[in-house]
Amino acid sequence: MDEKTIFELSRPGTPEIQMPEHDVPEMILDEVIPEKFIAPLPPPMPEVSELDVIRHFTRLSNKNFNVDANFYPLGSCTMKYNPRVGEWASRLHGFAGLHPYAGYENSQGALKLMEELSEDLCEITGMDGFTLQPAAGAHGELTALLITRAWFKDKGEDRDIILVPDTSHGTNPASAAMAGFNIRQVKSDGYGNIDIGDLKSKLDDKVACLMLTNPSTLGLFETGIEKVESLVHKAGGLLYYDGANLNALMGKSRPGDMGFDLVHLNLHKTFATPHGGGGPGSGPVGALGPLVDYLPGDELVDEDGLTVMKPRTRSIGRVRSFYGNFGVLVKAYVYIRGLGAEGLVRASECAVLSANYLATRLKEAFDLPFKRRCMHEFVLSASRQKKLGVSAMDIAKRILDFGFHAPTVYFPLIVPEALMIEPTETENKQTMDAFCEALLAIAREVEENPEIVKSAPHNTPVSRVDEAGAARKLMLCGI
Amino acid sequence: MNYLPHTGAEIKEMLEVVGAESVEELFCDIPHGVRLYDDLSLPGPLSEFEIQELMQSLSRQNRPDGENGFFLGAGAYRHFIPAAVDSIISRGEFFTAYTPYQAEASQGTLQAIFEFQTAVSGLTGLDVANASLYDGASSLAEAAQMAVMAKGKKLIMVSEGVHPEYLQTLKTYLAGKDYLVEMIPLNEGLTDLDQVKDRFPEAAAVAVQNPNFFGCLEDLSAIFNVTKEKGALGIAVISDPVTLGFLRSPGESGCDVAVGEGQPLGLPMSFGGPGFGFVAARAEHTRRLPGRIVGRTADKDGRVAYCLTLQTREQHIRREKAASNICTNQALAALAATVYLSLMGPYGLRKAAELSARLAHLAAHRICDIPGFSLLFDRPFFHEFAVRCPKDPAVLNGKLRDYGIAGGLPLKRFYPAMEDAMLFTLTECNRPEEIDRLASALREITA
Ligand SMILES: Cc1ncc(COP(=O)(O)O)c(C=O)c1O
Repeated sequence: MDEKTIFELSRPGTPEIQMPEHDVPEMILDEVIPEKFIAPLPPPMPEVSELDVIRHFTRLSNKNFNVDANFYPLGSCTMKYNPRVGEWASRLHGFAGLHPYAGYENSQGALKLMEELSEDLCEITGMDGFTLQPAAGAHGELTALLITRAWFKDKGEDRDIILVPDTSHGTNPASAAMAGFNIRQVKSDGYGNIDIGDLKSKLDDKVACLMLTNPSTLGLFETGIEKVESLVHKAGGLLYYDGANLNALMGKSRPGDMGFDLVHLNLHKTFATPHGGGGPGSGPVGALGPLVDYLPGDELVDEDGLTVMKPRTRSIGRVRSFYGNFGVLVKAYVYIRGLGAEGLVRASECAVLSANYLATRLKEAFDLPFKRRCMHEFVLSASRQKKLGVSAMDIAKRILDFGFHAPTVYFPLIVPEALMIEPTETENKQTMDAFCEALLAIAREVEENPEIVKSAPHNTPVSRVDEAGAARKLMLCGI
Repeated sequence: MNYLPHTGAEIKEMLEVVGAESVEELFCDIPHGVRLYDDLSLPGPLSEFEIQELMQSLSRQNRPDGENGFFLGAGAYRHFIPAAVDSIISRGEFFTAYTPYQAEASQGTLQAIFEFQTAVSGLTGLDVANASLYDGASSLAEAAQMAVMAKGKKLIMVSEGVHPEYLQTLKTYLAGKDYLVEMIPLNEGLTDLDQVKDRFPEAAAVAVQNPNFFGCLEDLSAIFNVTKEKGALGIAVISDPVTLGFLRSPGESGCDVAVGEGQPLGLPMSFGGPGFGFVAARAEHTRRLPGRIVGRTADKDGRVAYCLTLQTREQHIRREKAASNICTNQALAALAATVYLSLMGPYGLRKAAELSARLAHLAAHRICDIPGFSLLFDRPFFHEFAVRCPKDPAVLNGKLRDYGIAGGLPLKRFYPAMEDAMLFTLTECNRPEEIDRLASALREITA
């Protein structure tokens, strides 16, 4: 059923929320604030009761698929279970009520947590220092590329090219452009690795950096990583690690040991902080050696038993206000402390096992373009189904009817009709088996009754949404 | 803690299906040279019981409030938060969902974002808003890029009354481009366009914060009249949108784009994040807006439905030609604000804003009654004001702590020349007694 917007539910005259009746001398604000600054009417917010609000948003919430209710194998997004103790911890008054300018002597708990979290991330990635400022992955990418720019400027080298693989996430080239770079794209080879010949041909003294996701967005480990590393470094460039896929590698391999100079992590993926329907996330950036001095924000150091902030010598500045999405950092810290080294390794092992299990079970019915062991995710192609007139998008929509969220579709771009599946380590075998049965059933439907797939979904709160119509006839505001 | 679900037997079964002897075998693609053979050196693992103890203990090492008074603001604000806000954003249906790529499975999040956009449009008095950005500071940087796109010029002029951390962020963001950032000086606490008139022909944008960092009320209408005439994009920066319950909206004052920080709208300060950034604009700039935007449309059967729209501006389609690189934003914080604004309603918001301003004027009056204290700028202000103190403000703050009072922000943190100035902030959460206690403490300390 259609749910009216909260603005449409407004009933002018609804009794308003009460504020304390402070004993402030009745000062007439108009006397101290010139009239021209004052709005004649308050802003057009809805007039509704608290029950109206609770009921409206509760009903809206019921229209969402979510990890709590549904398997959510959205590739590249690491939709693992979000431990409740993290939610609890981030709401403790000592954290949630803390003002960012409270002063370091009043913020020791928060600063210690951030100092320890930075150290933990260094240990997990093999980097030398971290900034916790960036609010998401793309924000981390921009940060690292601005560092790259400052680094070469200081060295007096004029390098304006960023290399990205053709499998790279859209934020990689977009971040590079925002940092003022030009892009060269590097091809993948038939094995799903970077094409070394193509890389060589694109490397020269204009190249500042190669951005790499490893495992790649195909879910495959870059087996030529050592070769790639030596080529890029020999050409004088830096190597950047997009950490969106770190969930495959914890305790198994570290970007720092692979030779990456800069990394970003997505705490809202690997470290179990929730996605919140699209954020807040957190995208800390790590650096190696002298690049650490370029990180935004202050360094946290121990001084006489207190954690204090020390400015970094060559810091590029800041990429946001304050210190980062602190509440998200609390959740990641809880996760890392709770799992410990052995728990993190087991999480990665289990994520990889689950992905390989699903890939093996599904490859009969769908094309698996790269026949290798996958890491924590894998990409199927629905090209066989496409020949029968059913697209990856249709299949994604049909999966919803079975109560599962859809995989990521049409990404990476080099796989036609891509279905990118990431089960994560927290799904049990029964759930994964049910998901396989559903996908195999859909593959049969494509052959026997394609209409039911093409017209899907049938069991969701709304049927197929007219996205083209939304862009053609824009309606972006409800008043 | 352990969140892994498999039994030993299930692991064996899965390995059999996969055709591997061991889990280790699945990592065969990692070359030996980059394999980690040592254990990571990390504390733990801890049980949830131990984690709870640890977090209690860490959180107690923070002293968030002055139990006898709290006067900090300067970009992060302690406003009243109805309990229902947290109740809604604690629903797993909202907080464990991803960005709403699959519209049919995400109508809840999508409609909530549509309502958020509507609320931001209403607050700012502008036509369109996006689904949120990271924070106020990075939103200003995004607006600057919109201006360059819109005007084809590369000079961004920023008032010195803009939050210093926003300014630092803007400069850091733009360092990669050949854009220029120039400051517009203040005259007695207010942006003085006259001093930079000759730079206008080159300016893509003029950005002004209101109330500005020092709490003073800028004459936005006058400023945006000038930008309109000179062909620069007028950007309004709002660091506390609760003030819009009482103040004329930036849109009505003639700006083209408004950006700001959403934390005051129903989110705890949380040591500076997460809050959210917002951006709203006149309709002509719709296609230059960064990030996600939700539109209302219909489903196949003609029912009202919502989806992400105008995605051809975005990184996953346009890659290096995208309007911005932003992907994940601050959706749950934006939901909190939507719930907050619904609960407060127009009159609740107005009252909160009014009460903040009234308490601030009372406090200013009482503080400036004490010998040695005076307003730094004699200008109309709203709920923040800068005061000249007879003693080093940092020292004053240390002493105020002994009275259980969290004082204001010593302005020399950002402006070395303002070594005797302190920025005080009041909101509807302050009580008149706090002001009494602050005034008598300051009197004693400086006597
Ligand atoms: C491979 C990869 N890189 C970067 C990002 C961007 O991260 P965020 O959405 O946190 O900005 C993503 C997110 O989906 C990703 O999958």
